[in-house]
Amino acid sequence: MAADASILQMLAWGDQGWSRPLLFGLGVTIACASLGYVLGVALGFAIALAKLGNNRWIASAANLYTTVVRGVPPLLVIFLLFFGTNGALMWVARGFGYTGYIEIDAFTVGVMAVTLVSASYSSEVFRGAHGTIPAGQFEAFAALGLRPFLGLCLVIMPQMFRQALPGLGNVWIMAIKETTLLSVISVAELMRVVGLAGRTTGQPFVFYGAAAVIYFVLVAVSSRVFIAVENRMRWG
Amino acid sequence: MDFETTLHVASELAGAIWVTLALAAATLPLGFVLAGIATWARASRHGFLRAIASAYVLAFRSTPLLVQIFVLYYGLSQFTWLRQSPAWILLREPFACAVIAMSLCSGAYTAEVMRGGLAAVPKGAIEAARALGLSPLKVFLLVTAPIAVRRALPAYSNEIVVTLKATSLASTITVMELTGVAKDLMSETFAVIQVFCMVAAIYLIINSALIFGLRLLEIYLAPPHERPLRRQRGRNRKAEARPADA
Repeated sequence: MAADASILQMLAWGDQGWSRPLLFGLGVTIACASLGYVLGVALGFAIALAKLGNNRWIASAANLYTTVVRGVPPLLVIFLLFFGTNGALMWVARGFGYTGYIEIDAFTVGVMAVTLVSASYSSEVFRGAHGTIPAGQFEAFAALGLRPFLGLCLVIMPQMFRQALPGLGNVWIMAIKETTLLSVISVAELMRVVGLAGRTTGQPFVFYGAAAVIYFVLVAVSSRVFIAVENRMRWG
Repeated sequence: MDFETTLHVASELAGAIWVTLALAAATLPLGFVLAGIATWARASRHGFLRAIASAYVLAFRSTPLLVQIFVLYYGLSQFTWLRQSPAWILLREPFACAVIAMSLCSGAYTAEVMRGGLAAVPKGAIEAARALGLSPLKVFLLVTAPIAVRRALPAYSNEIVVTLKATSLASTITVMELTGVAKDLMSETFAVIQVFCMVAAIYLIINSALIFGLRLLEIYLAPPHERPLRRQRGRNRKAEARPADA
């Protein structure tokens, strides 16, 4: 494509335009962010339970995990997984007697990175939410004769999720932003596509600007959705 | 990892620490100034200034930092007139670009921190200062600012840690700071876990030092009756010990 093509032509649908690759990149971004986010929140909940549990060793391991992952740049976590996963998997596989070569694709590494980082942040969100629940609630379910696990599921967790929603919204926005970093390990998400488009057409400003607008809309829509859900879940 | 590799890794990382610290040290004051301007503009009487400042804060908080860095570093090179202008001396330097982009981003987040601090100042305190006949500037310097700074410090120390972590993105535009060097070392030595642990330890030490320093500042700035319990207990012990000494 000629470098002097107009912006409309560049962003057009079809073989000549970049709309289709951009949309594909956006799809990868959203897939990676949402997969990593869902897995991360689930893992984060488990880690929060580990922190609140009675076992001191498990609790301190969980605290160490959160401190390290929250204290280190996400990019470093991505590099650790990118360079480390294959070796670690082969090491484990060798223990089972498999000596072949294992390779994990970049997308999986990306989802893992988003998962690990979201898990550490959401575990703190859940722990904070757990702390806001009055002691009376725990006493109340105990007085009703509910076992701790059932009480946690029926009494504490519904209240916890309401408290945790704003924090979980922030973690989601963080997950979207983190996916941009995956372009450095060549995951074909939006930033990667936009970079390629910018180099090919010689108009990087237009394409990076377009990416900025897309991310802006994505974040704006997400925060609207989270606020709507929060309002819906409020009492009365 | 043998001894020689360890030494090589350690010396490479030691050099990179300074780049990371330099990035953070350049970004934080610039971001603080930008945030100050934005906070001032958002409280301005002119709707025009308020709108610009709010748009700035919203835009930079809602887009990923990497996009901002790439727009500045790769995006602006598209314009020939800019490449021929004197501003290009600054904009072609990856280090300067990283600092500018990170300052703009950090400024937007810090403006939000400042707004939180200012909102936490009790209205009554400001009214009391006005009633004493202090000029608006004196009200700000003697009453509003000290209270706001105290209220905003915990959030600001959080922002400092975020900025320190954000410096890692400079490695994407060839500024070889800690994370960038770590990436090269990981692919070069294959000692992935060891390199990660060393770099993570460096980041955690810098973070902890910063948090500890700011915590001390927070305690120093707090009025005596609001200081944490440990101080008071020490003082009580001294007070109890005194009659025995006498």
